[in-house]
Amino acid sequence: MKILVCISNVPDTTTKIKFAVGNASIDTTGIQWVINPWDELSLTRALELKDDASSGIKSVTVIHVGPAAAEPTIRKALAIGADDAIRVNALSSDAWFVAAQIAEVIKKEQFDVIMCGIESSDYNGSVVGGMISEFLAVPSVSAVSGIKFENGQPLITREIDGGKEVVSVPVPFVAIVQKGIAKEPRIAAMRGIMMARSKPVKVIEPLQVEPLTQIVEFEKPAPRAACKFIDAENPAQLLNLLQNEAKVI
Amino acid sequence: MSVLVYTENWDGKFKKLSFELVSYATGIAKMLDTKVTAVSIGKVDENELIRLGTYGANKIINVISDKLTIFDSQAYTSILSEIASKENASVIVISNNNEGKAIAPRLSVRLKAGVGSGVSKLPLSLNPFTVYKRTYSGNAFAHVVIKSDIKILTLAQNSFDLIESPANATIDTINPAVDTSLLKTTIKDTQKQSGKILLTDADIVVSGGRGMKSPDNWAPLVELASLLGAATACSRPVSDEGWRPHEEHTGQTGKIIAPNLYIAVGISGATQHLAGISSSKYIVAINSDKDAPIFEAAQYGIVGDALKVLPKLVEAVKEIRK
Repeated sequence: MKILVCISNVPDTTTKIKFAVGNASIDTTGIQWVINPWDELSLTRALELKDDASSGIKSVTVIHVGPAAAEPTIRKALAIGADDAIRVNALSSDAWFVAAQIAEVIKKEQFDVIMCGIESSDYNGSVVGGMISEFLAVPSVSAVSGIKFENGQPLITREIDGGKEVVSVPVPFVAIVQKGIAKEPRIAAMRGIMMARSKPVKVIEPLQVEPLTQIVEFEKPAPRAACKFIDAENPAQLLNLLQNEAKVI
Repeated sequence: MSVLVYTENWDGKFKKLSFELVSYATGIAKMLDTKVTAVSIGKVDENELIRLGTYGANKIINVISDKLTIFDSQAYTSILSEIASKENASVIVISNNNEGKAIAPRLSVRLKAGVGSGVSKLPLSLNPFTVYKRTYSGNAFAHVVIKSDIKILTLAQNSFDLIESPANATIDTINPAVDTSLLKTTIKDTQKQSGKILLTDADIVVSGGRGMKSPDNWAPLVELASLLGAATACSRPVSDEGWRPHEEHTGQTGKIIAPNLYIAVGISGATQHLAGISSSKYIVAINSDKDAPIFEAAQYGIVGDALKVLPKLVEAVKEIRK
């Protein structure tokens, strides 16, 4: 079986976000680009499954929709251990556009398990994985915090209200992955970095797809009022403020 | 034309978010001069159903089917898309939680409807249809234009106040044919606690960090939560160390929550943690380091050792609850 891991290229999560002139896009000067954290965890789990011969997973491919500038992030995924990569050569204008591109690739190349992070840390959209599954008319499982295979059958742990459940769906399916899927993201070793240089990255030209949404403006969050400090010996005063000023208890 | 809302229930009752969704949908319906239809799937009794009318739903479609007892995003989407077409929905409102995130994108593809995900305000304008959403994990907000005829909006939890707007709601109970070929999810095992306050649905959350020093010190935090009717949460290092279950982890890669009150105990407030809690209405920080970044996000702060402050706080709450 083959796994496809969808990868988003995002600013490092500690980046101070600034906007470009006109506030319609972010100022990318000095930004360190990384694999979206949930995608990195998906990739880690995919590689763990491949390492386990009993899982039946034979290969792990990563896919990214983005311009050539994203190549270092793709090479990083290869250095971590993905076998090969596909890049759809287009700016990722919106979730609909990205999902349509990835679904088109999957139709041609046939994957058994498609893994997507629950959201990207830039747009916080949480929709690409679900869209891919509907474009392909295949099952999807959301809020996934575990995947394993037993006798070729996927056993997927998903979070539900007040707990979790283990479900199974037939392949091919889309797993929309959250925290818990892997303990720590796998880090590229020197050997992996050397090998990544010669691994194949297939570049595909995009389908013509009209985006359905467009960001027209960014704004900063409203600043918070300064913190009121309360004496550690007098917690009753805190409760008084919460009751009478904030009115939240 | 109508505004369609997908509500959610839990143990036979609507989740609070369902009333937020209906309040929000009613706000949009007023802007569009149209009516609100709310959809409920699963067993909810009539007294509970009619409560949706309190917040402005004009029509309640109560879907009862023994084939829809397991959440399957394909089957649910198929039912919702039929209802959306029948009701001539121009805007569909869904929660931005796990279930909503599973349904909204599928519905988007079915209806060729653009998704405004995680919106936290009524649309900024109708023409062009522009919504306001959180991006960069709370470090920026975006104005997003949705260009399709049908718009799907997923509402960030606890971002919109409940607004009573009584409507004479009609209840339409239906048992639709379910395409069983879509039901591909089989349940192998379920671990579920009833009666527990859901972290993502809680008004108050008490959360512990590394300042709690050991997994054995959690009793006063849990007691405080129980006295306040709050859910418990934790920071990433705490769940990584296995002191608390990872379901409690709030932060960028954990749960993103927006309670009315978030009490951070012994949490320094790294950017990644703040990304998960910054939409809380009020934040209280208890931390021994007065320079900890959590105090920049908090409205109320106590500088002190979490393990010394907590028992005093518990006593003080008991005092006012007498």
